[in-house]
Amino acid sequence: MAYFKKLGKTARRNYLTYGLVILAFVILQVMMGSLSSSLKGMLVPICAYVVMAVSLNLTVGILGELSLGHAGFMSVGAFMGVVAAASLQEIIPFAPVRLAISMVVGAAFAAVAGFLIGIPVLRLKGDYLAIVTLAFGEIIKTIFTNLYVGLDGSGLHMSLLEDKTDLAEGGKLIIAGPMGMGGIQKISTFSAGFVLVMVTLLIVFNLVKSRDGRAIMAIRDNRIAAESIGINITKYKMIAFVTSAALAGAAGTLFAMNYSTIVATKFDFNTSILVLVFVVLGGLGNMLGSIIAAAVLTILPEALRQFADYRMLVYAIVLILVMLATNNPTLRAYLDRFKNKFRRRNSKKEAV
Amino acid sequence: METILKVDNINVYYGSIHAIKGVSFQVEKGEIVTLIGANGAGKSTTLNTISGLLRSKTGSVSFMGEELSRIAPHKIVAKGLALVPEGRRVFLQMTTQENLEMGAYTQSGKPAESDLEMVYQQFPRLKERRKQVAGTLSGGEQQMLAMGRALMSHPQLLMLDEPSMGLAPILVEQIFEIIQSLHKSGTTILLVEQNAQAALSIADRGYVLETGKIVTTGIGKELLESPAIKKAYLGG
Repeated sequence: MAYFKKLGKTARRNYLTYGLVILAFVILQVMMGSLSSSLKGMLVPICAYVVMAVSLNLTVGILGELSLGHAGFMSVGAFMGVVAAASLQEIIPFAPVRLAISMVVGAAFAAVAGFLIGIPVLRLKGDYLAIVTLAFGEIIKTIFTNLYVGLDGSGLHMSLLEDKTDLAEGGKLIIAGPMGMGGIQKISTFSAGFVLVMVTLLIVFNLVKSRDGRAIMAIRDNRIAAESIGINITKYKMIAFVTSAALAGAAGTLFAMNYSTIVATKFDFNTSILVLVFVVLGGLGNMLGSIIAAAVLTILPEALRQFADYRMLVYAIVLILVMLATNNPTLRAYLDRFKNKFRRRNSKKEAV
Repeated sequence: METILKVDNINVYYGSIHAIKGVSFQVEKGEIVTLIGANGAGKSTTLNTISGLLRSKTGSVSFMGEELSRIAPHKIVAKGLALVPEGRRVFLQMTTQENLEMGAYTQSGKPAESDLEMVYQQFPRLKERRKQVAGTLSGGEQQMLAMGRALMSHPQLLMLDEPSMGLAPILVEQIFEIIQSLHKSGTTILLVEQNAQAALSIADRGYVLETGKIVTTGIGKELLESPAIKKAYLGG
């Protein structure tokens, strides 16, 4: 306890986040037998969305730039990850290792995409940056809707617009244009998702508290002042943006390997906005908030199934109510009072 | 005397607008030099060009004999040329001390305690406010913080862009006293000001900018007495 007292506020918060994620994982593992099958099916997507939300929070909350194309990076990771997994199927029979390598491949491709899009985008500010990232997401969607990738004995074949892969006997089409990817081996597991969430948190927390993280937040706080003390703006923006893209790519791979078929239109503008909602609702720069928001808002539409046709209406109303409630000064004051009481009681205990 | 900064015939454009028209001047080691002029004369543009935020189409800027016009802004700071930007740009969400530590960004390793002590000695007020978030400081304190932050990078030349802007007269006086005391402790200063009276009274030399050109130059005190300057900037 004394050790925790010594830590800074941020460090304590980070450990709390790790702790709660581990706790949630353990509890869910123990309860696995009694979970409903629909909730079980959502565990991997929840992990993927948590990673999406935390990584987008790095761009929006820490770097302070609005990105509307985060699903684009997820898409790159999903498609490239599945291609990697299919290619490696014979070479690496052990599924968890194959999944891990596929995630790394997905993350690497997303990172490259992030770097390429970052070159023009990071010169822009505010609204313009948001518009270009939005366009990027749509371009990625269009590319993957028209891409054909096949695998046969002689290796990978690829063509755009129509299927010219001309596969040899025994070959199979991995990405089939508008039909997307079919026959994916479902090798994503909840444990893999949990590991990815922990790795993501480790990367993001360490980046934020490092020297580079300080520079990134300085740019967010005041660009001119950051420039005047000798911070390389382009470099640090790029570090944040590419890291965020790579993590989204890994999340994409995890997500895709949980379904037997995936089409490119799954990763459209709506998905980008959905992830942005997680981030805003959870609080800008607040990673624990992002995690909770992503988990709750992924389960919510399912839980609202009983409202049938009114499902999305209720979903929207819940969102608005949460926003109003968390911004209500009376409610906030009440919560603060509660928090202070708790804190005082704790310090009294220490004194005794 | 050793010339620390030499600006030679720079021309700066904002799109099609010719903002700086062939400006040349120099700063010697240990001097306080001031650039004065009205709104839009090109004072801030000149400073931003020196620090690499804007680029000149022609001419050169050299700092301790080294050409700066092709060097990225963050590298210029590391060379010992610090700019305190206009309008007190502090990191509002960080504490006073964190702001100062950010100032040592170009220095490798942990910011030295002795540097912090040096700044706190110059600005005792900042020491009192050490743990306070910069956004809650007063305007004058924020200006001091911005100046202290720049000092943390061990500048050979400190460039101040309108440090008196928007401050109460008593604070303006304080800020100018601090500038003089920094000068006494050996810092070379390039001061851009609208407050011509105050700037000229502490400066060794002054340059007067008008619509992008230097129109007059001379010893600070002499410019203060000159009838043309009195008429244009000092209210008669």
